[in-house]
Amino acid sequence: MNLSPAYQRYQRQLMLKEIGMAGQEKLLKAKVLVAGAGGLGCPALQYLTAAGVGTIGIADFDIVDITNLQRQVIYTVEDVGKSKASTAATRLKNLNPDIQFQVFNTRLQNDNALEVIRKFDLVIDGTDNFSTRYLINDACVLLCKPLVYGAVLRFEGQVGVFNMADKETNIITNYRDLFPEPPLPDSVLSCNEAGVLGGLPGIIGIMQATEAIKIITGIGKPLCNTIVSYNCLSNCLRNQFYEFKVTPAEKINSLIPGTESAFLNFDYDWFCGAGLHPYEIPAGEFDILRMKEEITIIDVREKEELPVVNEFLFTQIPFSRYEETISNISTNNKIVVFCQSGKRSLKAVKMLVEKFPGCKAYSLKGGIEAWKKNNSEISV
Amino acid sequence: MEINLLVFGQIADITGKTTWKVSGVKNTDELSHILAETYPSLQSMKYSIAVNKKIIQGNTELNNDDTVAILPPFSGG
Repeated sequence: MNLSPAYQRYQRQLMLKEIGMAGQEKLLKAKVLVAGAGGLGCPALQYLTAAGVGTIGIADFDIVDITNLQRQVIYTVEDVGKSKASTAATRLKNLNPDIQFQVFNTRLQNDNALEVIRKFDLVIDGTDNFSTRYLINDACVLLCKPLVYGAVLRFEGQVGVFNMADKETNIITNYRDLFPEPPLPDSVLSCNEAGVLGGLPGIIGIMQATEAIKIITGIGKPLCNTIVSYNCLSNCLRNQFYEFKVTPAEKINSLIPGTESAFLNFDYDWFCGAGLHPYEIPAGEFDILRMKEEITIIDVREKEELPVVNEFLFTQIPFSRYEETISNISTNNKIVVFCQSGKRSLKAVKMLVEKFPGCKAYSLKGGIEAWKKNNSEISV
Repeated sequence: MEINLLVFGQIADITGKTTWKVSGVKNTDELSHILAETYPSLQSMKYSIAVNKKIIQGNTELNNDDTVAILPPFSGG
């Protein structure tokens, strides 16, 4: 094959007759948004860039943390503390300088999601929370953009394609047809709490990139209306891979904001339960409360957990020993319980309220991480 | 009348197994009820149910040897 220098790097996929020069041209013209440059987003980004997807958007507001490096292998030790989206774009530009990167150092939310997603042909969801997942799904439904979904936890992953008609059946489904309602906030664990095997998001993220490439080039059968579940611990195919066929649920779809203004006004945090709890206190309110009066502050994290808190005094009752200690807690003052992300503390507060009905107890919303972040922003 | 049950994600952590057989269940509502009684932690969990690999909405009748899969949402990325 006699290739111009710009195409030499794609030689191995140009050889595939299903792709060839026509498929490569489609890839170079394609615009893909990767939402979340984390465990799923990093491998997806690397393979999309390598394959020559011409324009790639990277949306992530977060910074690189040392605990990310176990699975987000695009980042290095020197990147800790730096913007994920910008760092990823720099690395990827070295991999393939012909690609245009659009960096969005921001959280996708009501007031920017439509504007961002509109610029792209399809979206890869590699975010890590339900609120953003429902937001991205609904924006893709509103803008008619295919959504390549992926999610991981511990040893299991899910991948699928929504909002794109299956060629054989013409059926279109979306994330809400699979999961009509978000789970209760304290009934599910995040990777922060439950852990994840590093290679797993690598596998699922690369599957997402591969689905995107199938969709762009029109080859094979994309996973439209199909969720593939993968369990990396199993040794038999039946238990390792399982597929779910999703069908449209009309009742549920009437709940999706049908217009852009309805979308702008839909409160995804509230929908996903973040606003449902009278027992939560945001970081700022917590500071005001502890300045104003004497309160009891309880840390329910386990002993070795970080970050270290030395800004205020607190009692440490690890969540693993919480149940046996709960009756010793004094409820004379208002109580604020915190953990790393605010989930265990919310459980702890509910247990406290059950044990001592009427006691004034609150869980620090977003945990000590949110509080530290809030305070670092103020001090800057 | 016996069905094959498969559970995924956090539900498997609660049940301690990923697959087993359940006898005498006529429909998916009855199955959910039995599961919630056996594993009280499941009461507060949202999950989708697939009968023979198709995600169902609402109560669905079960037949002998059907495979029911239970998939909880997870959001890790």
